[in-house]
Amino acid sequence: MGEMIKVGMADLKVCKAPDNLTTIGLGSCIGIALYDPVTKVTGLAHIMLPDSTSIRNNSNIAKFADTGIKKLLDDMLKMGASKSRIRAKIAGGAKMFDIGSSTMNVGDRNAAASRAMLKQLGIPLIAEDCGKNFGRTVELYSANGDFLIKAVGKTPYKI
Amino acid sequence: MGKMTLDQINKMYPDVLTEIGNIGAGNATTAIANMLNLRISMSVPHVELMPVEQICCAIGAEDKVVVGIMLGVQHDITGSMMFLMDLPSAHHLVNRLMGRDPDYNEDFDEMDMSAIKEIGNIIAGSYLSALSGLTNMTITPSVPYVAIDMAGAILSVPAIQFGMVGDNALMIKTEMGDDLDISGYYILMPEGDSYQKILKALGLPV
Repeated sequence: MGEMIKVGMADLKVCKAPDNLTTIGLGSCIGIALYDPVTKVTGLAHIMLPDSTSIRNNSNIAKFADTGIKKLLDDMLKMGASKSRIRAKIAGGAKMFDIGSSTMNVGDRNAAASRAMLKQLGIPLIAEDCGKNFGRTVELYSANGDFLIKAVGKTPYKI
Repeated sequence: MGKMTLDQINKMYPDVLTEIGNIGAGNATTAIANMLNLRISMSVPHVELMPVEQICCAIGAEDKVVVGIMLGVQHDITGSMMFLMDLPSAHHLVNRLMGRDPDYNEDFDEMDMSAIKEIGNIIAGSYLSALSGLTNMTITPSVPYVAIDMAGAILSVPAIQFGMVGDNALMIKTEMGDDLDISGYYILMPEGDSYQKILKALGLPV
């Protein structure tokens, strides 16, 4: 059995089978799971904000969808993944509080930015579980690329 | 005038920020204690400037289920504030408010949720009235919004708010306790130049 490696907020990690990746309590943030089924190189990013270019203090590249996904891909390629085989799944982007203002809907904007960046990099997005109003803990399994989602009061489900 | 970052403000005026936290939280805690006829003591607020990435585990494990009450802050300053408490604390307060057996801990129903919102109203109202008394500014809260979920998920909201303007978040932690074991945390999230406005209103050069 491999280790379950924890990815923090505004953080990203890459591993190989048999190790797996998890990130706990995604709210409006997005968990971006990348997986190469042949080499079983697996990567997970926990991004907080859509766009690094619109913010002055952007030293932590794992904080943003645009720079975070790029870095995650680079790290995976370094570990031997092949870009043509990498598939993506994303989860999170919830609206935790039902407040109308636009800044509160950063969850949707995070999801949209993540989709756009994946598209730009040519990585197919094969599954997603975004939006709604609940937090998600995700686990990404390197054996088969399963992305397990756990939420409070719900039966865990795979995408 | 160059815009000061939260980090610079904190470096220059740590005592002022602590005091803002102290007065606000003190007032809010007294308000709950009065409403519920309880003796609630409060720890000296701990003001901490922490990297936004760490805010998700600032009040314990990220997957611990907590109750978060969030309100918008309007008028002279804008932003939002959040009050967080753990599930047992929320049950204690709600049971007290509803005149129920203290050990009752069924899932919150609709009435309970409005009781929680009311607690949020009182907390925010007294917190902000302390702040507006101090600064002579008009500061009013919006209606409260409640979420019961993993601490990490709820705290991602302030983390993102702070993350938009910098790498650090200002957390004012206050533990309340005594008759009942209640622990609560306040987070004030001013937007834009609201902190500068507060400092200016207090007569400090920014």
